[in-house]
Amino acid sequence: MNFVYEKLFGGKQGFIGLLILAALILIVFPLFFDIFRLNLIGKYLTYAFAAVSLVLLWGYGGTLSLGQGIFFGLGGYGMAMFLKLEASSAENTSIQSTPGIPDFMDWNQITELPWFWVPFNSFTLTLIAILTIPALFAYIIGAAMFKRRVGGVYFAIITQVIAVILTILIVGQQGFTGGINGITDLRTLNGWDITSDSAKYIFYFINCGLLIAVIIASRFILTSKFGSLLLAMRDKEDRVRFSGYDVSNFKIFVFCFAALISAIGGALFTLQVGFMSPSFVGIVPSIEMVIFAAVGGRMSLIGAVYGTLLVNAGKTAFSESFPELWLFLMGGLFISVVMFFPNGLAGLWDDYGHYVTRHFSFLSTLKNKLFKKSPSIALEAANDSNVSEQQMTKL
Amino acid sequence: MGEYTYSELGSILAMQGFAGISLFSVLLLMALGLAIIFGQMGVINMAHGEFMAVGAYTTYFLSVLTEQYLPSLMPYYFIFAIVIAFLVAGVLGYLAEFALIRHLYKRPLDTLLATWGLSLIMQQSFRSIFGAREVSPTLPEWLLGSYQPTETIDIPLNGIFVLVLTGVVTLGVFYLLYKSSWGLRVRATTQNRVMSGAVGINTKKVDRYTFALGCGIAGIAGAAFTTIASTGPTTGSLYIVDTFMVVVFGGAASLFGTIVSAFTIAQTQSILEFFISGSMAKVYTLFALVLILMFKPEGLFASKVRR
Repeated sequence: MNFVYEKLFGGKQGFIGLLILAALILIVFPLFFDIFRLNLIGKYLTYAFAAVSLVLLWGYGGTLSLGQGIFFGLGGYGMAMFLKLEASSAENTSIQSTPGIPDFMDWNQITELPWFWVPFNSFTLTLIAILTIPALFAYIIGAAMFKRRVGGVYFAIITQVIAVILTILIVGQQGFTGGINGITDLRTLNGWDITSDSAKYIFYFINCGLLIAVIIASRFILTSKFGSLLLAMRDKEDRVRFSGYDVSNFKIFVFCFAALISAIGGALFTLQVGFMSPSFVGIVPSIEMVIFAAVGGRMSLIGAVYGTLLVNAGKTAFSESFPELWLFLMGGLFISVVMFFPNGLAGLWDDYGHYVTRHFSFLSTLKNKLFKKSPSIALEAANDSNVSEQQMTKL
Repeated sequence: MGEYTYSELGSILAMQGFAGISLFSVLLLMALGLAIIFGQMGVINMAHGEFMAVGAYTTYFLSVLTEQYLPSLMPYYFIFAIVIAFLVAGVLGYLAEFALIRHLYKRPLDTLLATWGLSLIMQQSFRSIFGAREVSPTLPEWLLGSYQPTETIDIPLNGIFVLVLTGVVTLGVFYLLYKSSWGLRVRATTQNRVMSGAVGINTKKVDRYTFALGCGIAGIAGAAFTTIASTGPTTGSLYIVDTFMVVVFGGAASLFGTIVSAFTIAQTQSILEFFISGSMAKVYTLFALVLILMFKPEGLFASKVRR
């Protein structure tokens, strides 16, 4: 039990943080927001997968990938291809000159389903593809680069170029990919209407559950020996290498894992938003994912989620009312997060959090009460989310 | 390719080749500034494209001013515009270094993010000041028209002008870096910052002027760019990735490598562009670059710099 507690939840602090996050996204948001807003939050939370992956890769690993959009996109396109094939059954597309293929293929005079689309007829194969193809792609990139000790800035630029290549390819190969509009009009998953409110609720909760699972898995990686090695590699790569470790393999692993997480986020994005387009693949979304992680705190898995929610909420609010101001604000955010708060929200909380807890002295009494005894009691804190809420609003 | 005769194919090759040379000129002008900043200082300037746009907008602004107040000077304003574009972009670069970059020299990845933020702010400023529409200055007469060595070959004059300008700027940069005492200080700082400081070089000042120079050259690139295409708020960001590829492929810190790689990339892309669609030409070019860089990460001409 203690092992699980320490390794999976990251001890007391990590556990409370995770509980607060879980309470917020699983209980508070569904209670206070209608399905439209909740769906929007669900969309933001899919970006949080990419942000969490960047905490591992960049915050702990020290390798900045400016191409997480690649993997997010691959995951999203995998799911979209399956849903599109289901939506383009022969009877739905009987008006086309070639029934049974997606409409954009028909518009581009393609008469046969391309070979790489065929596996996506099966849901199982689609899931396998979503979980393996991005990771495999990451392996190829990672192996080629890390084995030759390419890292840092070069790695960032090359991942960015790959994101550009993929975007141009998707936009250019309209007949195979749907072009700039992406893959749209996705309606059912195995006959189940994904646009209904109930489906949206279900996807939202699946999304939250998977996000928490991903955070726990990442925490496990970070608290294991591998996590210490990761940090050691970030700070003194040569020393780790001279100690006899194969640095490149560790980097490849964490890059693949980050790709896998981002791909899951992408697949969930398609399910909740109902389409996938190249605008979620290229440079801009990829670098925005970095800023989500940076705002939340590049060293904090949970902070990354808050960072994602906050930046996206800000983006939505501002681009609705002051679209002109948003880019200034976003630019200012990039600069200030780098110059003044390199550890993001999580760093602010670490530095000033105790002022908040001091003012709410009952919080610390509660904390003492909860954690004097065995950790299992702490589970009850989940019901006590009101208290956690206040803490959150302060944050 | 069957429908073309050999002489036609030759003309196509010559004209596409020249189109490639125009692209090469702009890429090289952009990349020179970046090669100085990235190669000599190790700073990733994601806002470099926006400094180019500053140059382009300065040229546009001057063209509007001249047209309204001094129409008689129209034939000559462009020369002044190039100089002023250099100065405006250079001063902005100087300020950016002072306010932002100098605090981040030890954190290259963070510089990348901060300059990206700077580029967003600059883009929105362009949009607020000049509008979202693409603009282009009124070019003087002598830049319009084309030169026809044979019946089928048609070479635009603006392309030749940009090529000459690029040549001049490149020679100027070479002179500054390798022949002047200032260049000596820059190179010394690159090779060993602590030692340079110890022998009395003001390395911070060197950094600031190097950065300003790089941005100024981007401004010249912007002025040159206006002769070829129109400028919009996001023009700079369209070229930034290509420019980085030029610098990385050429081998950072090697100016000669930058020239060779700008030439190779531009020629490959524009010759491919004739036979396949523009987007696929770009895909193949970039893909080939990534592949080559995976096998030869240090670029074409590796720098022998001790970091």
